[in-house]
Amino acid sequence: MDWEVVIGLEVHAQLRTRSKIFSGASTAFGAAPNTQACAIDLGFPGVLPVLNKDVVRMAVRFGLAIDAKISPRSIFARKNYFYPDLPKGYQISQYELPVVEGGHLDITLEDGSTKRIGITRAHLEEDAGKSLHEDFHGMTGVDLNRAGTPLLEIVSEPELRSAGEAVAYLKKMRTLVQYLEICDGNMQEGSLRCDANVSIRPRGEQTLGTRAELKNLNSFRFIEKAIHHEIERQIDVIEGGGKVVQETRLYDSDRDETRSMRSKEEANDYRYFPDPDLLPLVIEPAFVEAEKAALPELPGAKQQRFVDSFGLSTYDAEVLTATREMADYFEAVVDGLGGEPKLAANWVMGDLSGALNRDGLDVARSRIDAAMLAGLLRRIVDKTISGKIAKQVFEAMWAGEGDADTVIESRGLRQITDTGAIETIIDEVMAANPAQLEQYRSGKDKLFGFFVGQVMKATQGKANPQQVNELLRKKLSS
Amino acid sequence: MSLTREEVEKIALLARLEISDEEMSGFVENLSNIIDFVEQLAAAPVDGVTPMAHPLDMHQRLRADDVSEADQRDLFQQNAPAVEAGLYLVPRVIE
Amino acid sequence: MDIHASTLSELSAGLAAGEYSSEELTRHYLGRIEQHADLNAFITVLPEQALESARAADQRRREGEAGPLTGIPLAHKDIFCTRGILTTCGSKILSNFKSPYDATVVQRLDAAGMVLLGKTNMDEFAMGSSNETSWYGPCQNPWDESRVPGGSSGGSAAAVAARLAPVATGTDTGGSIRQPAALTGITGLKPTYGRVSRFGMIAFASSLDQGGILALSAEDAAHVLGAMAGFDANDSTSVDRPVPDYAGDIAAADLGGLRIGVPGEFFEEGLDPDVATAVRDALGVLEGLGATLVDVELPHLGLSVPTYYVVAPAEASSNLSRFDGVRYGYRAEGVSDLLDLYRRSRGEGFGAEVKRRIMTGTYALSAGYYDAYYLQAQKVRQLITDDFRKAFTKVDVVMGPTTPTPAFGIGDKTDDPITMYLNDIYTIAANLAGLPAMSVPCGLVEGLPVGLQMVGGHFEESQLLGIAHRYQGATDWHRRMPEGY
Repeated sequence: MDWEVVIGLEVHAQLRTRSKIFSGASTAFGAAPNTQACAIDLGFPGVLPVLNKDVVRMAVRFGLAIDAKISPRSIFARKNYFYPDLPKGYQISQYELPVVEGGHLDITLEDGSTKRIGITRAHLEEDAGKSLHEDFHGMTGVDLNRAGTPLLEIVSEPELRSAGEAVAYLKKMRTLVQYLEICDGNMQEGSLRCDANVSIRPRGEQTLGTRAELKNLNSFRFIEKAIHHEIERQIDVIEGGGKVVQETRLYDSDRDETRSMRSKEEANDYRYFPDPDLLPLVIEPAFVEAEKAALPELPGAKQQRFVDSFGLSTYDAEVLTATREMADYFEAVVDGLGGEPKLAANWVMGDLSGALNRDGLDVARSRIDAAMLAGLLRRIVDKTISGKIAKQVFEAMWAGEGDADTVIESRGLRQITDTGAIETIIDEVMAANPAQLEQYRSGKDKLFGFFVGQVMKATQGKANPQQVNELLRKKLSS
Repeated sequence: MSLTREEVEKIALLARLEISDEEMSGFVENLSNIIDFVEQLAAAPVDGVTPMAHPLDMHQRLRADDVSEADQRDLFQQNAPAVEAGLYLVPRVIE
Repeated sequence: MDIHASTLSELSAGLAAGEYSSEELTRHYLGRIEQHADLNAFITVLPEQALESARAADQRRREGEAGPLTGIPLAHKDIFCTRGILTTCGSKILSNFKSPYDATVVQRLDAAGMVLLGKTNMDEFAMGSSNETSWYGPCQNPWDESRVPGGSSGGSAAAVAARLAPVATGTDTGGSIRQPAALTGITGLKPTYGRVSRFGMIAFASSLDQGGILALSAEDAAHVLGAMAGFDANDSTSVDRPVPDYAGDIAAADLGGLRIGVPGEFFEEGLDPDVATAVRDALGVLEGLGATLVDVELPHLGLSVPTYYVVAPAEASSNLSRFDGVRYGYRAEGVSDLLDLYRRSRGEGFGAEVKRRIMTGTYALSAGYYDAYYLQAQKVRQLITDDFRKAFTKVDVVMGPTTPTPAFGIGDKTDDPITMYLNDIYTIAANLAGLPAMSVPCGLVEGLPVGLQMVGGHFEESQLLGIAHRYQGATDWHRRMPEGY
């Protein structure tokens, strides 16, 4: 049987506010347990929620960026269930009237083509705390620091057709929320989380198959593996004569398997109703207009501009715009250099990215800033050093030896461009290698490279390679 | 409309309330009576009426995104039945 | 005359004139609380703290910083969170709970220099009309100790009626200030929804709850409301509008031209004829003061009780989920697992009426029933609110009885929840519509007090208090004291 895979993603993006969605407690990551949980977050008797303005601002910004409708009036509802990480016994979320409705995100597929993925809705809600299952005398410990952290839950249409598309969607989503400065996109710390609704159906079938909801997908790699695994499991179940059950399954990265969380399912009835402690959220057109005016250039537009005005390939443009910081860095290098976008692109994507990866740094914490890199590239352009020497200079700069000119001077790496000096060295090399000279002159052209190598060796690589080539050819044939 | 014992047991589970056997029959009767009593709402002429969630026609006020709460964990946890290393303890949660 | 026969306004004058100090006043009331401990009006009494605050108030007065409420003793309903002090809400589940913070109301009255005597008894989580659902036992009505004081603010009402405190706070979700005020012969005010902050007031039904006052006179209530009311940034449902000078406004009140709406629905079967007579007499007094009586209709009033018994339990079922034995409050011992912890802590911690309401609400919100019950009730709530809106195009205020009967006996109605619920038939509508309402003592029926209820337009507290003030200028029902107190 030829199966078609149907995937919809629910992305939870923690919004980058200073304080929580309904309280003035800090949202900073990594504090000691329960030190950032105030009376409101802890659900003490008598406390009440008040909505954070920046949370609304961020939701609006997101809605605008995906071409969605910003609801002029949306409602906060209570989702009721008991769990130790949910202090009030209900989660404040949006149910019937979410703040953002409709929209789309374009993803780039492996073959380079673009696919538009619909976004059903995005709504605001509060995050839960964390249960720590380390053994406290057979008990579970509960840390409520995360409780009340603002989340934007972004629900896609079931339009993704493979694990690869799901990953591409999530990567694009991460890029977008980072550009918008509404989420730091850190999947390890859980700032960006993803649940996947996965089902299969015979190709050509219109109705959807029964879906399983995969939870705990906290890296791109896990998402891909978990979805692959789930697709195989569902095919096995159906081809084995069974039926897929609608359920929540937890991905266990240690065992690389998903397992049923039936315990969480038991007759859940969330009893949603409008939260009487909160009033309808009304968003005025002026508020939306102000956010629209303040929107940064979005990744898609930036990518297109890099292609159009810098002559980069679509691929290079996408890599360079993957994060706003990387794109800004690249543009700063081009600015500093006064042009040469392709040279800048090669260095940013090559040596710089390599060094950043090696040291586990992001571009914002690069040891070489954009102005310094531009300074180095300028010396290639004006032929002070060769591209090869530049790699040495780059490493020295990375190691903290100063800017390009300082390194070039202190290490004496300035390119030799004096024709007389190069000719003298060529004469010495020819005199020192009479046998090779004779062979060359008797037709063994391949030895040209040998002489270039000898000259470069004698100059420690500093001779301008182009000049060396020209002068050597002239001398050898004279 | 009369509720069955099973229905009331299901509600009690959803609400996380332990009801003893002795109490249960009373609750089944009480709840059935209450549900019967509120059934009269069904006949109310509500066509075209907007449900009223709030007594005042206002909309949500927004607060500035400022951190205003300091750490008061020790004070808060004075009320806690079981705490260790700053964590609230509950019977082991099995996922 | 004994000090405690005085109204708050008179005590304020006495303090200002130096007739007694706040410390003396406080000692006097503390002594009375002890003397009448059998009433079971208080859950917590705070003698040391009260005397300390009284001394601080006296100091403030010496420094010339005293306001009209400085040094006046007060009792809070035990639903208001008080920092470092037991805050039980009348429940076993909070029987060990010391709030880490003060409610806004508590903060404001403290800032005005009032002296907290203690926390009063109440129906558990304010769910009741007789104070009999309290885990701390029933509270007695000082007019007849075998009878209930009403509820849920029964302790506050009994305390003020027995002059154990000159004034007390209460909360009113379906009549919980007005009904006990009526049954104990005192003045009760439930302000407009949103007028008094709900922050720190333990929630029963969030869209109905409103904090208010149980006092000996409208004038007293006006003084306290002025200090209690006002915008609170911590409560999203708090209304940002200026607080009038209530005490000043009522002094200028004039009933000439006042149109009083009298809905026939308030006088239908179920109303004790003697109560009806007392209320009609009171309306007559107001006519004599210049008001005119106008017949109005509240056609959906009869649906207010069933509407309330869907909306309030639904909200309560969710509001009370936080009492789970994890972060504070009662936790069952020897539990086997998490589910057992929840079910037993809540099963043992909540009383029968609270469980009934949680289950009713859980049912009303559950899948398949939401539209039929909760949504339907919200629509009927709109109909009831529209009835008032229409009435207020013709009249300034709506009046009728506060309760169908005077106080009933302790234990008389505990077997039948619905009979108990119908006790709030006249008071619930004001909560559904968010309107301000008062109960003013207007007579005695077989030696038991009954109340006149007045419902005003949104934020018309000054008008209600003014009418009540004029009425109390012309009558003395509010000055009657139960025998033996």
